Amino acid sequence: MEFETVLGLEVHTELATDTKIFCSCSTEFGGEPNTHVCEVCSGMPGTLPVLNKQVVEFAIRTGLATNCEITRYNKFDRKNYFYPDLPKAYQVSQLYLPICQNGHIDIEVNGVKKSIRIKEIHMEEDAGKLIHDPWDDCTLVDYNRCGVPLLEIVSEPDFSNGEEVIAYLTKLKAILQYTGVSDCKMEQGSLRADVNLSVKPVGSKELGTRTEMKNINSFKAIARAIEGERARQIELIKEGKKVIQETRRWDDNKGASYAMRSKENAQDYRYFPEPDLVPIEIDDEWIEKVRQSLPELPEAKKARYLSEYKLPEYDVDIITGSKDLVKIFEQAYEVCQNAKEVSNWIMGEVLRLASETSTLPEDISFDAKNLGKLILLVKNGVVNRNTAKEVFEKMFSDNVEPEQYIEQHNLKMVNDDSAVKEVVSKVIESNPDSIEQFKQGNEKVNKFLMGQCMKQLKGKANPAVVTKILDEELSKLK
Amino acid sequence: MDIFQLSALELGKKIKSKEIGVVEATKAVLENIEKKEPEYHCYVTVCKKEALKQAEEVQKKIDSGEYQSPLAGVPAGVKDNMCTKGMQTSCSSRMLETFKPVYTATAVQKLQNVGAVILGKTNMDEFAMGSTSETSYFGITKNPWNTEHVPGGSSGGSAAAVAAKEAFYTLGSDTGGSIRQPASYCGITGLKPTYGTVSRYGLIAYASSLDQIGPMAKNVEDVTEIYKTIAGHDNKDSTSVNHPSPSFTLCEDMKGKKIGIPIEFFGEGIDADVKEAIYKAAKVYESLGAEVEEISMPTIKYAIPAYYIAACAEASSNLSRYDGIKYGHCAEKYDDLVDLYYQSRSEGFGSEVKKRILIGAFVLSSGYYDAYYNKALQVKALIKQSYDDAFGKYDFLLTPTAPTTAPKIGESFKDTLKMYLSDICTVSVNLAGLPGLVVPCGLDKTGLPIGLQLIGKAFNEETLLNAGFAFQKATDFHTVSPETIAK
Amino acid sequence: MKITDELLDYIGILARLHISDEEREKTKQEINKIVEYMDILNELDTTNIEAMSHAFPVRNVFREDIVQPSVNREDIILNAANKKEGCFKVPKAVE
Repeated sequence: MEFETVLGLEVHTELATDTKIFCSCSTEFGGEPNTHVCEVCSGMPGTLPVLNKQVVEFAIRTGLATNCEITRYNKFDRKNYFYPDLPKAYQVSQLYLPICQNGHIDIEVNGVKKSIRIKEIHMEEDAGKLIHDPWDDCTLVDYNRCGVPLLEIVSEPDFSNGEEVIAYLTKLKAILQYTGVSDCKMEQGSLRADVNLSVKPVGSKELGTRTEMKNINSFKAIARAIEGERARQIELIKEGKKVIQETRRWDDNKGASYAMRSKENAQDYRYFPEPDLVPIEIDDEWIEKVRQSLPELPEAKKARYLSEYKLPEYDVDIITGSKDLVKIFEQAYEVCQNAKEVSNWIMGEVLRLASETSTLPEDISFDAKNLGKLILLVKNGVVNRNTAKEVFEKMFSDNVEPEQYIEQHNLKMVNDDSAVKEVVSKVIESNPDSIEQFKQGNEKVNKFLMGQCMKQLKGKANPAVVTKILDEELSKLK
Repeated sequence: MDIFQLSALELGKKIKSKEIGVVEATKAVLENIEKKEPEYHCYVTVCKKEALKQAEEVQKKIDSGEYQSPLAGVPAGVKDNMCTKGMQTSCSSRMLETFKPVYTATAVQKLQNVGAVILGKTNMDEFAMGSTSETSYFGITKNPWNTEHVPGGSSGGSAAAVAAKEAFYTLGSDTGGSIRQPASYCGITGLKPTYGTVSRYGLIAYASSLDQIGPMAKNVEDVTEIYKTIAGHDNKDSTSVNHPSPSFTLCEDMKGKKIGIPIEFFGEGIDADVKEAIYKAAKVYESLGAEVEEISMPTIKYAIPAYYIAACAEASSNLSRYDGIKYGHCAEKYDDLVDLYYQSRSEGFGSEVKKRILIGAFVLSSGYYDAYYNKALQVKALIKQSYDDAFGKYDFLLTPTAPTTAPKIGESFKDTLKMYLSDICTVSVNLAGLPGLVVPCGLDKTGLPIGLQLIGKAFNEETLLNAGFAFQKATDFHTVSPETIAK
Repeated sequence: MKITDELLDYIGILARLHISDEEREKTKQEINKIVEYMDILNELDTTNIEAMSHAFPVRNVFREDIVQPSVNREDIILNAANKKEGCFKVPKAVE
């Protein structure tokens, strides 16, 4: 029997606000445990939440960028459960009236286009961090992340494989970054995904029992988790066993998922409207204001790069897939006005060096305007392409200014004919054997002599000029 | 001069004119507390040293002209569910026996900002759940009018402290009648302001959508001044209403006022003495030129179930944070994390609190939410509507505060449901978010006080306080105290 | 509605409260009596009545996104029974 997979995604993203969702503590990542904490986010008796307006703005931005309807009248609800990372023993979230509903994100996998529906986007607060203490074999609780604002973006079960999930996540990540809503640093947990997965015989209308895998935090791990869970469920069905509806934890190191303990985990969250917060009313004017402030989104940008710059689609996909690469592209383009060259540099040297140094796009630190300058320097014959690559390595690692660097390291191309002539004459003088061979008609020695010249000129000369002068000098010997 | 004959404002005046020093007044109250506490037990914590230190500082600031408030230097008590920085705040629960807040509630801070001297924290029903103050982990408070009787609750300590002259005024909190009913039982004046008028920041939550802090004192003038001091917008409380702070002068003119008496407040179980006293009070208003009419509000009887559903539901969530980890009682023995929760909570909470948490968990649980919690919120809307209708015709409503006077200690918990039903006169006011004022209006045959409840339009405390003021100008029930009876 | 032993156990789990054998019957009876009484709400027709969680129409209460100093860590963990290295200490909760 053949099976097909039905996948849905719940993505949690930490918002790029300065303060937490319900108090004025900093959201800055890191810091000593419990140093970004106040009486509100640590859930002390008598404290009350006050909503950060920026969170609502970011939620509307995200909703508009993902084609959602903005809920004009929305509220917060309490989700009640006991866990040490949740100091109030309830999470303030939105169940009944989430801020965004009924959107979609369009993806393309292997040339096939597909629209993934977004069921809803809601605002909520993040939980704290639990640290295992091996000395005392206990758990230490740090509330620094407690109350950091989150958006939960819930898709419909519209995916049929891991590739689609990755394409969706890539697109979503780009949208969140473009709109400034989140930095999406997966390694810091600011983008995490829960995967709902079920399998069913091909063509069957009835959905299988689904499981949920929580908090997977890299694209590769998500792809592996999907494959692993799919295989596990198919195996169960083939063995005539049943898939149990449960929450599972994906252990990426072991490549297997485990059921989370459910003894005290009755999934009865007793949601009810949060009485300490008042409803949010969003009018047309507010939505329009946010819409006006939205930057060009990945899709529009891609279309423009294709039509305006005539760049290859593959390159455009890569560049527009990352807010940081777009920034490099646009800043460099502004200086040199040569889209093709900039694109080539990004696809070539920038990504090569990033990959070799394991640098994430957001951590690339050179001034992109300097890349534009470098491209102009090549175009104007100040340096040759090979030298430019060397210079760029320095730019990439130390953010050097190319003109200055070239000047200081004497890397300018020698465009002065007399200087080249001098070197050529020297080479001819010091290689009598080769000249003899040349005179006997061995044209191959040209290449050797050319190499000697370039070596003496330390690669700074324009090869065309050197060839021309060398040919002239040699022809005099004939 | 017997300073205990003075009201809070009268004492404030004498402090201002330097007839009495703040330290002197504070010492006098502290001595009285020392004398009477063994009998009444109004306080969970008396902060003698801190109070005297405060008194000295306040005196200096009065002398320098920094404190201008008519309440400056007047010693007060605060219910033990309002956070006071560094001062034990227990909610009369074993759960918070050792809890020291790191911040002060806005309402308390506002009093301190004008020079109040805080004497200590008054006893209450555990986590404000109860109407007798018998559920306190630290022992019951006795009614100064008759120590065989309860002072009411949950702000029983705050009410008894005023009645016993162990404070010139106190703050209480009212979720379903917890200021008004003990004020009635102890023969004092108490105001539950409109929901959102006084900041709840720092008030340890029982039921967030119903809780409201308010003043308890000897008369309407005191209550008005305290109300003006603590009311006002607080940007730390999202449900705090952004209205200008109240500033009005009391006016006793009742001519042409229209007053409604909802007959549903005089249902089954109403004491004949109480009913008579309320109708006599109505006559007083008529004699002052007001028009009084009986009206019917049939939805009122549904207020009790709606209230208990809403309050227990919110409480079950609000009290989940007491898990033995961050603060509060932590069990000594437990097997693992889950057991730590069970042990700490089961040991830390008393039986009434547990019962309400369980009811709350039930009405919110999967499959029952619509039938109970959502239904209760719908009934809440209906009750609000029936009040809105009434206020279309009447300036305020006049009702009893409780069907009876203070019951005997131990009597109420024989039948919990019956005890809940005795909240009939007060809970609907919280559901509709309205202000309610209680003023003494007589004594029953056994000499226990009866309180008259006036219910007003939202954000219209002024009308209520004027009506209470007019009543106290026309009567002297508020000047009667346990001592005068004894004499 | 009747609160059975099973249901009582279930809500005990939700609320993380033990109900001892001694309290059990009394608690069950009392809760049953109250819940039964709550059922009189069914007499009221509430079709098309919107549930009201706030009595007054306050809307859009916000705070600006400006950082204020946090509370001292010593104060945050001041009231905790068990603490270590600036953290709250609890029995093992992570694997």
